[in-house]
Amino acid sequence: MSRVSKFAGRDPGPAARMAGFMAHLRAHGLRVGVAETDIALRALTHVQAGDPDETRRALKTVCTGGAEDVERFDDLFDSYWLNGGRVRQKVMPAQVTPNLETVRSSRQAHSEQVASGAGQTTTPDDGTGEAEADGDGKLVASSLQNLMKKDLRDLVQPEEIAEAEAIARRLGAALRHRRSRRRKAARKGDQIHFRKLIRQSLATGGEPLSLPKKHRPDRPLKIVALCDVSGSMTLYAQVFLAFLAGLMRADDACDAYLFHTRLVRIADALRDRDALRALGRMSVLADGFGGGSKIGASLQQFSRSYARRFVDGRSVVLILSDGYDTDAPELLGTALAKLKKRGCKIIWLNPLKGWAGYQPIAQGMAAALPHLDLFRAANRLADLAALEPELTRL
Amino acid sequence: MHWMTRQTAMAEQGYIASDDLAMAVHLALSLGRPLLLEGAAGVGKTEIARVLAAICDTQLIRLQCYEGLDAAQAIYEWNYQRQLLTIRAAAEDGETGRSVEQRIFSEDFLLERPLLKSIRQSKSPVLLIDEIDRADEEFEAYLLEILSEFQITVPELGTIKAITRPIVILTANGTRDLSDALRRRCLYAHVGYPERDTELAILKARCPGVEAALADQIIGFVQSLRQEDLEKKPGIAEMLDFSAALMGLGIADLTQDPKLLQASLATLLKTEADRFNITAEVCQRLAGQAA
Repeated sequence: MSRVSKFAGRDPGPAARMAGFMAHLRAHGLRVGVAETDIALRALTHVQAGDPDETRRALKTVCTGGAEDVERFDDLFDSYWLNGGRVRQKVMPAQVTPNLETVRSSRQAHSEQVASGAGQTTTPDDGTGEAEADGDGKLVASSLQNLMKKDLRDLVQPEEIAEAEAIARRLGAALRHRRSRRRKAARKGDQIHFRKLIRQSLATGGEPLSLPKKHRPDRPLKIVALCDVSGSMTLYAQVFLAFLAGLMRADDACDAYLFHTRLVRIADALRDRDALRALGRMSVLADGFGGGSKIGASLQQFSRSYARRFVDGRSVVLILSDGYDTDAPELLGTALAKLKKRGCKIIWLNPLKGWAGYQPIAQGMAAALPHLDLFRAANRLADLAALEPELTRL
Repeated sequence: MHWMTRQTAMAEQGYIASDDLAMAVHLALSLGRPLLLEGAAGVGKTEIARVLAAICDTQLIRLQCYEGLDAAQAIYEWNYQRQLLTIRAAAEDGETGRSVEQRIFSEDFLLERPLLKSIRQSKSPVLLIDEIDRADEEFEAYLLEILSEFQITVPELGTIKAITRPIVILTANGTRDLSDALRRRCLYAHVGYPERDTELAILKARCPGVEAALADQIIGFVQSLRQEDLEKKPGIAEMLDFSAALMGLGIADLTQDPKLLQASLATLLKTEADRFNITAEVCQRLAGQAA
């Protein structure tokens, strides 16, 4: 039996199928638009479109835009074009659906997103714990995992995000705008460096042959937030997630991650213009929410991978965690030490610290303390707002 | 033209491309769109541009990006010193200001930088914009106009339209995230470390002198070295250096002389921490596995 999907008889033809494929990719988070559909159709005229492998390769180069897209593309391709010979319904939508991009209200977007964004690529879960799929099963969830899945939108209210956004903006501003009053000589400056110009023109008989420039150096700090979403943190997740969402929307330069037993980068998902939809996308990523926590291993993974690209001397790493780690505390210590070597500042926000008589006796926390630039409590948004003067001093 | 023909043509130039990559190159050439290549350092992204220039028998124009790169250095610049001298000379001859002004803002005083140069060639050149992620975001935005319109506006001269469209190759290795706008204007290919067979073919193409048994060992050794926890994984260029070093030292078998092998790791490991991590024992274990 051919594995190629059959299409319904009323399906208007290849162009519509391609549009359907693009919609399929969009629904799974790939950023493709009308222009890509056009290029994809043109690309297929340059290859043998009858050959699935060639088509796959051609569409891959057109539709992907990053390493993560490339990784997911094969499964998405299979689920649309090679769907075990099953008949796919007519691809073109009968009427024009409202454009999601322009929908500003989160509530309207909500139901659509659940329908398209959070679903599985191939078959829906049949509840037996093991689903059948064409690919290697990467995108097929079992009901076991479903128990761990939580829709983060249930935790966070839109008003809180707005409040958190305002706080994040203030914190970001406290960190970022530390411009020097002094001007420095620079190749690309906005003013002419007169002292240097006169000095240099001495050599050419008073003729200013080169025009040295100077500028006012901008020294922004960027925030990298790592949020613990393990079981013990579920209570506070609401505050922190709102804060992360606000932070990402307020500041383009910052970066965010979630960790429980593994580390997930959520920066791209959180940058969605619709705050609640962003949380919806994140729920898909944060599979395993509320489980155990491996802080040490996650931080180690962070300092080995993302930190190398995104963390430098002008970064502030913000860790939101209660410090209860199932790993050995040494691991946490060495991970932080390694991170510190990149020249960044490390701030640890611990919700437990807000309790009266709290002592950082959790072994992980104790191991982390020597490496921290700031260790503060944070259980409410107000606590986060109170950080502003501290951050200015960093 | 079939994409496999391109793959063969690239192989003839000593570049062994994976199927995905060959398809991306084929489409970039057929559709006339820029190609964005992303991947770790040392996997041969820049090399593709050189090979393409050789295949198409055309010029390679390279723009190396760096932090602070601005339009003047990438597109065009007025020859300020020459303009100044001309004004001085004109003042002595009693020439009027108006005609001097027209003269000093003419083609003669325009310094072509890579981007302007690339759109003014009579035969489509290959334009390599190397490490675009090192350049500032503002420059990336500027590039968008040029990549979609292939025209450059010089206020004093007017708009210069491309005579031929250059074949544009952009490379990035993740220093910072590129904008969606740029990604969407390009075809994309992710260039990873090659599979064992591909890398073996690369080694044989580049160092025909290396014996088959040793070549096998070298590839096995380098591939398992990449699995280790390293700060900077060795790329293809490093692998070729390593092979050249082994051949220069007259080693025919990796397990033959542990001391020499350890010394030749200098070609593969480029940070102190990595040298420290790959101890003599680890090195011996990897060599033993590869043999």
